[in-house]
Amino acid sequence: MSLLEVRGLKVHFPIKKGIVLDRTVGQVRAVDGVDLSVEKGRTLGVVGESGCGKSTLGRAVLQLEPITAGTVVFDGEDLSRLRGSALRAMRRRMQMVFQDPLASLDPRQSVASVLAEPLRTHGVKGPYEKRVRELLDLVGLPGSAANRFPHEFSGGQRQRIGIARAIALNPELIIADEPVSALDVSIQAQVVNLLEELQERLGLTYLVIAHDLAVVRHISDDVAVMYLGSVVEIARADELYARPLHPYTIALLSAIPIPDPEVEDRRERVLLTGELPSAANPPPGCRFHSRCPFRQPTRCADEVPALRVLEGFPGSQVACHFAEQIAARELKPVHAEAAEPAATAHGTDTPPDSRRSSAGSPS
Amino acid sequence: MTDPSAGPLTTTSVREAVPGQVRAEPLLKIRDLTVTFASRGRAAVRAVDGVNLDVAAGSTVGIVGESGSGKSVTSLAAMGLLGRRGVEIRGSVDFDGSDLLHMPEQELRAVRGREIAMIFQDPMSSLNPVLTVGRQITEILVRHRGLSGRQARDRAAELLQSVGIGDSLRRLKSFPHQLSGGMRQRVMIAMALACEPRLLIADEPTTALDVTISAQILELLRRLVADTQTALVLITHDLGVVAGLCDTVHVMYSGRIVESAPRRPLFADPRHPYTTGLLASVPRLDAPRGVPLLPIPGSPSDTLPWARGCAFSPRCTRQVDACLGAPPVLEPLALPSHLLRCVNPVPPRKHLG
Ligand SMILES: Nc1ncnc2c1ncn2[C@@H]1O[C@H](COP(=O)(O)OP(=O)(O)OP(=O)(O)O)[C@@H](O)[C@H]1O
Ligand SMILES: Nc1ncnc2c1ncn2[C@@H]1O[C@H](COP(=O)(O)OP(=O)(O)OP(=O)(O)O)[C@@H](O)[C@H]1O
Ligand code: SF4
Ligand SMILES: [Mg+2]
Ligand SMILES: [Mg+2]
Repeated sequence: MSLLEVRGLKVHFPIKKGIVLDRTVGQVRAVDGVDLSVEKGRTLGVVGESGCGKSTLGRAVLQLEPITAGTVVFDGEDLSRLRGSALRAMRRRMQMVFQDPLASLDPRQSVASVLAEPLRTHGVKGPYEKRVRELLDLVGLPGSAANRFPHEFSGGQRQRIGIARAIALNPELIIADEPVSALDVSIQAQVVNLLEELQERLGLTYLVIAHDLAVVRHISDDVAVMYLGSVVEIARADELYARPLHPYTIALLSAIPIPDPEVEDRRERVLLTGELPSAANPPPGCRFHSRCPFRQPTRCADEVPALRVLEGFPGSQVACHFAEQIAARELKPVHAEAAEPAATAHGTDTPPDSRRSSAGSPS
Repeated sequence: MTDPSAGPLTTTSVREAVPGQVRAEPLLKIRDLTVTFASRGRAAVRAVDGVNLDVAAGSTVGIVGESGSGKSVTSLAAMGLLGRRGVEIRGSVDFDGSDLLHMPEQELRAVRGREIAMIFQDPMSSLNPVLTVGRQITEILVRHRGLSGRQARDRAAELLQSVGIGDSLRRLKSFPHQLSGGMRQRVMIAMALACEPRLLIADEPTTALDVTISAQILELLRRLVADTQTALVLITHDLGVVAGLCDTVHVMYSGRIVESAPRRPLFADPRHPYTTGLLASVPRLDAPRGVPLLPIPGSPSDTLPWARGCAFSPRCTRQVDACLGAPPVLEPLALPSHLLRCVNPVPPRKHLG
């Protein structure tokens, strides 16, 4: 059974206008109908453009945002029905790791007191020294770190402290929102490896939110791609790169540069034009149709595509009316004028998957 | 497009020793650039330490490296944008025959407006908060390109369009604070393009942007270089961007260039342990899954002053006695445009088939 089940989740923020009357003039549909589930001990990655609702989704799962509609079921319990001590007990089993965990912390608080805080607030009896030492050891910091202060640590070490704080209460689910994006490239791998190691040792379940698809693909078993408040594709992490099905996923993957000139020179890009539209005023029909290079004259602009399983792709779910035809390459992307590839490096007019096969074989 | 013999050089004597030099003079030549920050009561910081850099018209030179390694300071110092107080700058910066470091301020400002443009890491620092975006772009077009007001407005709208800002006529009326961070960044890119500069320095131009937008901007820069023979210096921490765009790459660590090469040899045959470490530590989208990442140990603060040996040695897995004591020298390898500062380099990769 899934440890976490999210069904039809919506989080809308009212847009207020007027000083006296405080009228609500609209809604920001930050999360607008998300379904997903995470099996115990596995990792689901969530990716998508800035503002597509990733953080709001993570916070809503933890009941830190008011939910407009839908349910969050954790270990069989619908969280929205829980109150008071029952909710507190559940929350203890879910923890969050932030982008820069200590940015908001009192610089006068020692690491020992940072790590003891969740224990204290959840009524764990002291003394805490032993647990603090254990936690520091788990995240690869020396015991002497306990008496030092957050600002004395590097970014990577600070993220270790943030992770130690998150696992202090032996949670089962960790929601990590951009856990490495604030770190220097050369130390991101340390934190990624630490998260993987802890998952193995402690049997943790992860929901990892990040905009870096290469990082997400690396640590996730499954990946959900979000666009403007909803999930457009969920797939096994390896499948997602090998066979992206949704036009947005195809474009996203082709936009990510790969540190290898041989691959880069051969790649065909599916470039998008225009911006992520506003969540206060999402396009009708398929949310992505205003930027979609595969857009068709029928259905795309007026019918919302449901997230569905495609025949022949059992591990994936995709929300696109024309996913079959795109997968079969019966439809080709339309390159907008501004996105015309330069003749030098990207002159070939091959469909997106053909460069993928050349990328796969280094010969 | 890059002549392999036209790499950056350690000293002028090495330059003369390079055989078969066919290329025209580089547009920008930085020699032995050294920047020291000294404020009273604090130890002096040598942020940039003897950097040499050549950029030819129509080529793209990449600078990569750790946060704090001196990438931004290199470009700011070269453009005379560091101010004078508390900074000591040495070396020479030759732009098309004139020395930017010793040019009178007014003349320098004119060159910067007309021939050199810079895209900064932090867009707010170079946008005027009280003027509309349109006013800021048209001003450049009128002053430096001699367009009429009307022409300038049309061109400004076109420029915004080209950096992916839709509804550009309306956007021209926005003030910087009314735009998202990503849009501000693109406005700044549009302003840089408005000058039609001969040299463009872009400091992390797309870091704040989403990948789909970033790809669009990088494509724009690529075409700018190809179509107008602009010389581009691209500062980035993204090795993927470097692999796709740069002809020559310089890897910096703690204020010095530790390796530089044309991009193909750099990625096919990286020799500095920091370079190989970086490449092994980033997940690749096209790599098979389940391959563990090999992080570089320690953190950027574990550094040694160059005077006492290799600054990377405290984190280096290949450290030997010779790494300590004297600073390693930047020297050419068998391929003369491939320079390396390491006494115990990673062995050359065995090429498959
Ligand atoms: N408290 C709030 N009130 C009103 N709107 C909000 C609130 N929080 C978020 N939003 C809006 O909801 C949308 C989704 O925001 P969210 O922070 O979840 O995006 P994200 O995917 O995490 O983006 P990023 O990658 O930039 O962190 C955005 O349009 C944002 O402006
Ligand atoms: N005005 C200043 N006064 C004192 N030190 C400075 C100043 N500006 C930069 N430095 C120092 O110079 C060094 C190089 O900084 P620089 O901004 O060039 O790094 P960078 O390579 O661009 O890093 P990043 O990737 O984080 O942008 C750093 O140690 C920095 O702290
Ligand atoms: S439904 Fe239409 S607009 Fe949406 S992704 Fe599919 S093809 Fe594109
Ligand atoms: Mg977020
Ligand atoms: Mg910088």
